[in-house]
Amino acid sequence: MSEVKIENVSKQFGEINAVSNLSFTVNDGEFVVLLGPTGAGKTTTLRLIAGLEQADEGKIFIGNEDVTQAQPAKRDVAFVFQQYSLYPNYTVYNNLAFPLRSPLRSLSKDQIDKTVRDIAKTLHIEDKLKNKATHLSGGEMQRVALGRALVREPNIFLMDEPLSSLDAKLREELRLELKNIQVQLGATLLFVTHDHVEATTMADRIGIIKEGTLIQIDPPEKIYNDPNSVYVATKLGSPKINVIPSRLLNMELPANVEYTAFRPEKVSLNSKGTLDARIETIQNLGVEEIVSMSFMGEIIRAVVKPESISKSDKDIKITIRKDDMLFFDKESQRVYL
Amino acid sequence: MSASRDTTRSPLEPSATSRRIAAFLIILYASIAFIPMVLIVSTAFKSVTDAISYPPKIISEPSLEGFVNLFTQRTRQSAEYLETLPPPKTWYEEIVRKRNMVIAGPSRFIQRFVNSIIIGFGATFFSVFFGTIAAYAFSRFRIPLKNDLLFFVLSTRMFPPIAAAVPIFLMYRKLGLSDSHLGMIMLYTVVNLSLSVWLLKGFIDEIPKEYEDAAMVDGYSRMSAFFKIILPQAATGIAATAIFCLIFAWNEYAFAILLTFREAQTLPPFIPTIIGEGGLDWPAISAATMIFLLPVVVFTVLLKKHLLRGITFGAVKR
Repeated sequence: MSEVKIENVSKQFGEINAVSNLSFTVNDGEFVVLLGPTGAGKTTTLRLIAGLEQADEGKIFIGNEDVTQAQPAKRDVAFVFQQYSLYPNYTVYNNLAFPLRSPLRSLSKDQIDKTVRDIAKTLHIEDKLKNKATHLSGGEMQRVALGRALVREPNIFLMDEPLSSLDAKLREELRLELKNIQVQLGATLLFVTHDHVEATTMADRIGIIKEGTLIQIDPPEKIYNDPNSVYVATKLGSPKINVIPSRLLNMELPANVEYTAFRPEKVSLNSKGTLDARIETIQNLGVEEIVSMSFMGEIIRAVVKPESISKSDKDIKITIRKDDMLFFDKESQRVYL
Repeated sequence: MSASRDTTRSPLEPSATSRRIAAFLIILYASIAFIPMVLIVSTAFKSVTDAISYPPKIISEPSLEGFVNLFTQRTRQSAEYLETLPPPKTWYEEIVRKRNMVIAGPSRFIQRFVNSIIIGFGATFFSVFFGTIAAYAFSRFRIPLKNDLLFFVLSTRMFPPIAAAVPIFLMYRKLGLSDSHLGMIMLYTVVNLSLSVWLLKGFIDEIPKEYEDAAMVDGYSRMSAFFKIILPQAATGIAATAIFCLIFAWNEYAFAILLTFREAQTLPPFIPTIIGEGGLDWPAISAATMIFLLPVVVFTVLLKKHLLRGITFGAVKR
């Protein structure tokens, strides 16, 4: 395992800037998740590190070695693709053994066999080894795809939304397994997703990426509690953070503060509250409820315990502590008071 | 009893009646298409006399005279001379002797058949070989003027190949390629290439390029990724393309009659030259035609499971 460093990397496809001036480091043994919407440049970043795309500008280092120009095979990285990743003409066994049989790694038959069987066991697919790769369920396929990466000890694991094509239950299961395996192996891992739950549950650090630019890269708690912009603030948390124009709050704030944001769980509903709101809808999630309220033409969502609100009264009062508020200027950048 | 409708069948599936009509039409068409085959095979096993008898005989005594005539050259002899000969040693000598003839030697049929095999399969191999690598390049790489090049490749098929017969004839004569196996293989390869590039590009486009990406990251060069992953995936397309190429190269008549006459003559121009005594030797011609049809039939049957998907290519997207 090695540290992977990207320095001022840019990549264009025709007129489109897939990645612009991107710099970050994935430390040895670290699990980094890049979070962003489709088309943000996440996949391109992975492909640049793997050598499947050539960077227009900038440098890529793997373990202090400049690999910007190196062939993919020489970089010794493992890549898990979103789909289509298994070789359809091979059995599961041969799919797992394929990377080990590369001419770059001269391993004996027994060594290969042992590694393949160990990984199959870890991923609970030992009884599927003889199956054709096309005769598997979606979850099994993705396990094999992960397995094909895990049979080696590459410099870094690159994973491109490997769980997104699975159903919710399986996704949750594999998420845990993957995190466990990563911790056990001490693996360096760069994972790409648009699912904020995947990001927060697995990452040591989350990189928020937008239109090919890295906006903020920090541990999940810091991204959640201390975002540097409205964009980052809205990326984590469900329901989304409330963002309203500051002037509505009737508080004394610096002139450059334009927006105020606060998490739904920080909104308290009580009769002693200072702000008047009107309940629009209530969504029951069992342990808690999401209350949508209109407040001076804006929508505010609150997450509360079911017993804490009276169903009959539509007009209520709410409180938000000033310490729980985040302030942003008119460019949506954070303002620290 | 309520007039309940049959709900076991999905509304998307054809009804039993329409299935029957379809089956009837297919059988009708197949029977009509089969008549020439039946005629060829039945004539091949008739004696020369039965083949030209009037009214025509549908069922007759089976005879191998056509095949014997096809594979041998014979000379007519006087009855006195034939009496001096020892009795015929083999069954085919016996057939010939009945017509007051003796076998003078083998005919040129086998040599022409071998020519057809060499040229037909040789041209098919090269069309598919060059077609596959060109199609792979067109499918995967950013090639300058890609669409123009592809259009140019297709444009070679926009006029009938025979339209270029005169320049090709002159060129081949100057280069000494006339009546040579190499010349014919090159010609048929070139004619087939546009078809093979376009067909195979369609097939290779359907193979996700993540396979090569994965293989290259797994420690292989693009070349070995191509051989280990892409080629087995493209087998269906390659088989279908090979059949189309073989059918053209095997059946081609116009260039063959223009450019081959002795060493490299193929069967299509040779078969009509089989002349019998006092008229065409229909059993021999039918026997030749039957043998001529066999290799393509065998090749097609061998690749059958690929062919159906091959013909409907592009219709099935994953």
